Amino acid sequence: MSGWLSDRGDPAPVAGQHTRDFDGLYLDRETIVHRLPAAAKLLALVSFLLVVVATSVAAWPAFLGYGLLLLLVLGTARLPAPLVARRMLVETPFVVFALLLPFVATGPRVDVGPLSLSHDGLVGGAVLLAKATLGVLAGVLLVSTTRSRELLIGLERLHLPRPMVAIASFMVRYATVVTADLRRMRIARQSRGLTGGGLAQLRYEAAGVGSLFVRSYERGERVHVAMLARGYAGRMPELGSLAARSTPGQWLTAATLPLTAGVVLAVALLLA
Amino acid sequence: MHVPDGFLDVPTSIATGAIAAGAIGLALHRSGQELRRAGTPLAGLTAVFVFAAQMVNFPVGAGTSGHLIGGALAAILVGPWTAVLCLSVVLLVQGLFFADGGLTALGTNITLMGVVAVLVGYLVARAVVAVLPKRPGSVVAASAAGAFVSVPAAALAFVVLYAVGGAVPVPLGTLAAAMVGWHLVIGIGEAVITAAVVGAVVATRPDLVQLARRSLPPVQLVDAEGRPVAATGAAPTGRSAAGTRGVLAVAASVCLLVAGGVSLLASSHPDGLEFVGESLGFAGSSRDSAVAGSPLADYGLTFLPGAGGAALAGIVGVLLTAALAMLVLSLRRRFAAERGAPDRVDA
Repeated sequence: MSGWLSDRGDPAPVAGQHTRDFDGLYLDRETIVHRLPAAAKLLALVSFLLVVVATSVAAWPAFLGYGLLLLLVLGTARLPAPLVARRMLVETPFVVFALLLPFVATGPRVDVGPLSLSHDGLVGGAVLLAKATLGVLAGVLLVSTTRSRELLIGLERLHLPRPMVAIASFMVRYATVVTADLRRMRIARQSRGLTGGGLAQLRYEAAGVGSLFVRSYERGERVHVAMLARGYAGRMPELGSLAARSTPGQWLTAATLPLTAGVVLAVALLLA
Repeated sequence: MHVPDGFLDVPTSIATGAIAAGAIGLALHRSGQELRRAGTPLAGLTAVFVFAAQMVNFPVGAGTSGHLIGGALAAILVGPWTAVLCLSVVLLVQGLFFADGGLTALGTNITLMGVVAVLVGYLVARAVVAVLPKRPGSVVAASAAGAFVSVPAAALAFVVLYAVGGAVPVPLGTLAAAMVGWHLVIGIGEAVITAAVVGAVVATRPDLVQLARRSLPPVQLVDAEGRPVAATGAAPTGRSAAGTRGVLAVAASVCLLVAGGVSLLASSHPDGLEFVGESLGFAGSSRDSAVAGSPLADYGLTFLPGAGGAALAGIVGVLLTAALAMLVLSLRRRFAAERGAPDRVDA
């Protein structure tokens, strides 16, 4: 898909001109949604989305129920609507794809005004749009209410392989450093008089990325040597050892979202 | 390419999740030694690097711009197994920390960009570097080729997944043509940037480029007067048969997963070619092949009907193919040994 064509992450700043802070999308509030353990939130959202993805066209009113449910949780988390709307822009390329579906899909055609559209494509596009929107909304809910550190602890609690957690945690720690490196190189190029755009610019940019790799690689080696010097013996300390243990009550609270979604689906199927 | 939730149905999403998990497990196993030696910080910083490199935009035409996937680039720089891990973590972080790419589609995204793009990019680059003269410059050309092919390959893999578990019936030929055509254009950008980045690294630190290591002159030890001395201890050798075994292992496990998992889902769906055939109206003209009466006909065991049979038939088919390949390899090895050649097979 043309997701590659969009600037990713936080849609507000210009690509590459900002530092990617991993807590940049977190919105500090004192709500029950924020306090839930990340592992519970993650599992609840994934199971909720599995219910959403499994919903067929026949049970279409269920999508309204899911949307209402998510809006309720977003309201509980006290996330401002404009912010949520702005972060939903990640979805744009897929909106385009969903809008194209009625024109390219097969099956019986229906006439809408001067256009002859595929009936399956219309229905399918609408369902796709609903599912993708709910998915993005769930993702925005997760990143806006969970700190990156807690997410890492959550991944560890969910038994993601330890090297993966370690790689992710180094990524979270050094993202700011490496993107700052990239920005400094760009500023240095500009201060030496390199302006304009086009392919020549791209060549210098790529050379910059090349030296960024060398810098990152050497930094990785230095960090590893420094860790060895401090007694690292091949095992990262557990991230979650100091964090508060989660209670069954919290897991139950988180589980209400997918469970309610399941009920919504069952009701919609019965009524259909 | 970041696939959102709802594009593929639940069974396909779970199957791609299993493929991604299997590939990550294998990559962890294969790169374990390397990770212990070089350290996880290196892999972490490579992941950050890929993440940062993805911010470089290039014009694709029609006023839009694309950006790097970086699968081939990472594989060429740090080797395919570490690259699979890095790309998987990048995609995981993008999905969880930035709401980019659906949560239920995480397995799909890792399979497409973290596995297919990385492995195809690396294999193509390695094949090209093998036929070109042993110079560092060849590595740059090979990188361009690998990066160029990796993008449409990932797009094609998406079409295959869509054929298995797509939500909306779209003519597959049209979808494939559109996806591959469009991503060929993006592949050019990927190739240009990857080649430029690899070129910049090869110019300064060729020893850091995994793909370039074989084309570097061997390290020559000299004594205080500058006279060459013979190295003592085990000389660093190139990749042994273990590398070949690894490639075979990943191919086999992916095949098994696809055959076992996906054929289960495919049983209710005509496959891509049949689908295109039916929509174009020539399905009736095709004939069943001569082995239509065999126990594996139409990918279902005749004595074990239903979905389980289809899955089992897929797995049995892969195992048979693998056994045949092993037989050929061992015959070749014996033949080579009889002729006095070293007991080794280069795949």
